[in-house]
Amino acid sequence: MTAEPQAQIAVRKLSAFFRTTRALKDVNLDALPRNVLAVIGPSGCGKSTFLRCLNRMHELVPGATISGQVLIDGEDIYAREIDPVLLRRRVGMVFQRPNPFPTMSVFENVASGLKLNGIRTRYADQVEKSLKRAALWDEVKDRLGESALSLSGGQQQRLCIARALAVEPEVLLMDEPASALDPIATARIEELIRELRERYTIVIVTHNMQQAARVSDWTAFFYMGELVECGRTEQVFTNPKESRTEDYVTGKFG
Amino acid sequence: MSSAPISKRYIARRAVNLTMTLLCGAAVLIALIPLISVFWLVLSNGIAGLSWSFFTALPTPVGEPGGGVGNGIVGTLYLVGLACLIGLPVGIGTGLFLAERGDGQIGNAVRFVAEVLSGVPSIVIGIVAYGLVVMPMHRFSALAGGVALSLLMIPTLARTTEEMVRLVPRALREAALALGVPQWKTSLRVVLRTALGGIVTAILLAISRAAGETAPLLFTSLNNQYWNLQPDQPTASLTVQIFNYAISPYEDWHRKAWSAALVLLLFVMLTNLVSRFLARNRLQRAR
Repeated sequence: MTAEPQAQIAVRKLSAFFRTTRALKDVNLDALPRNVLAVIGPSGCGKSTFLRCLNRMHELVPGATISGQVLIDGEDIYAREIDPVLLRRRVGMVFQRPNPFPTMSVFENVASGLKLNGIRTRYADQVEKSLKRAALWDEVKDRLGESALSLSGGQQQRLCIARALAVEPEVLLMDEPASALDPIATARIEELIRELRERYTIVIVTHNMQQAARVSDWTAFFYMGELVECGRTEQVFTNPKESRTEDYVTGKFG
Repeated sequence: MSSAPISKRYIARRAVNLTMTLLCGAAVLIALIPLISVFWLVLSNGIAGLSWSFFTALPTPVGEPGGGVGNGIVGTLYLVGLACLIGLPVGIGTGLFLAERGDGQIGNAVRFVAEVLSGVPSIVIGIVAYGLVVMPMHRFSALAGGVALSLLMIPTLARTTEEMVRLVPRALREAALALGVPQWKTSLRVVLRTALGGIVTAILLAISRAAGETAPLLFTSLNNQYWNLQPDQPTASLTVQIFNYAISPYEDWHRKAWSAALVLLLFVMLTNLVSRFLARNRLQRAR
């Protein structure tokens, strides 16, 4: 790292469409390496669409397109020579509801990204490392062979995080990772995000503003498909530049 | 307030309700009569002829005691096996295509063709197999019978597979894609694997249906008095044996037809029961 850290993710004039509907309008945004960027805003403001543009999951929806640029490590991920399949190994994703593979065991779930991608490695080592990073190892080390569905909701979500980490991404995208969990499981996930920040660049979409304030270094506020404001989390929450941001973070709407 | 007319109307309503309920009950009873009588007739006429040798022995000529339908049972299993070999990959593959890529015009066309094909009478399917396999090979064969049965299996198998695959939550597909798994591998190793329980049920139902077909076998696999596991030779099957025994003028063969029918009925019921059991297990696990 140089003294002036380069943005790991640089978004330039990004617009996203569902057929003719414009879900994102000219978004410009930088995410620094090993920082947590929280994306907040009311429902339907384009937060999830923004996140899904960062690993090219957006284009999997029929009729979905984008314009503009997304640079990861300075490389345009929408360039013609970029294979979205390979890109998604560098940019991991965790979804709103825990979605472990129901036919696989705990172990197989974590190893699935490696096995399905034909990556030959010592699976056991990688599974243990990933589960430890996801703070789940101690709870599941004696039941690796059990069905992933036998875990609790919070454990399943950490399993999904371990599964994403096992393919060694640089960036981790999280789409409201705790919104389907109870408060204790949510606290564990938040603690985990603060630990993961040491190694990964994290972009997290959240409905919960306290959560954004607790876990993130930077906060971006989206409203009706536009990026209204992006800045240091303390500044966005305590001294926002835009009145719309202030209205939202103080609970006047949304 | 006049309560008299209301109560009169109320009585009329109750009467109509009762009549309709009774009519529905009567309809159910009428529907059950053929089902129960089929089972009763086959069981009462066929049970006497069942013995160990009936399952294992070759048929005997008229007048000679003993003998069985062993070659027919083996032949039916063999024909169904051949049909599965051809029909399962094609049917399941088509279903997977329809579910994953079938939203466009090609998908609609394939779906339409499958629907038409599943409505084609089985004797017509037999003629098609005759033209496709028997005529070029100049002989009746197990292969021709297998092709005919596979043509019957493919459309229903494709539609059921499509439905089962569509039931797999989108979230699982996305989970795999987000791990950088290519689309085709996601379809085969995650989506298909998750839908497997339902597909196995569909396969068993298709097998039990194919095992009971006679018409498409009459001029494809024909019949055989002996054991045969050569794909290019005529082959016995339970259904064609039943047909031949039943239209014969001999009392002894009629009894054998009943017993063979009972064997077939039991096989079909067993496959249905197994598939129901699997389906129920799957539902309970999903809950």
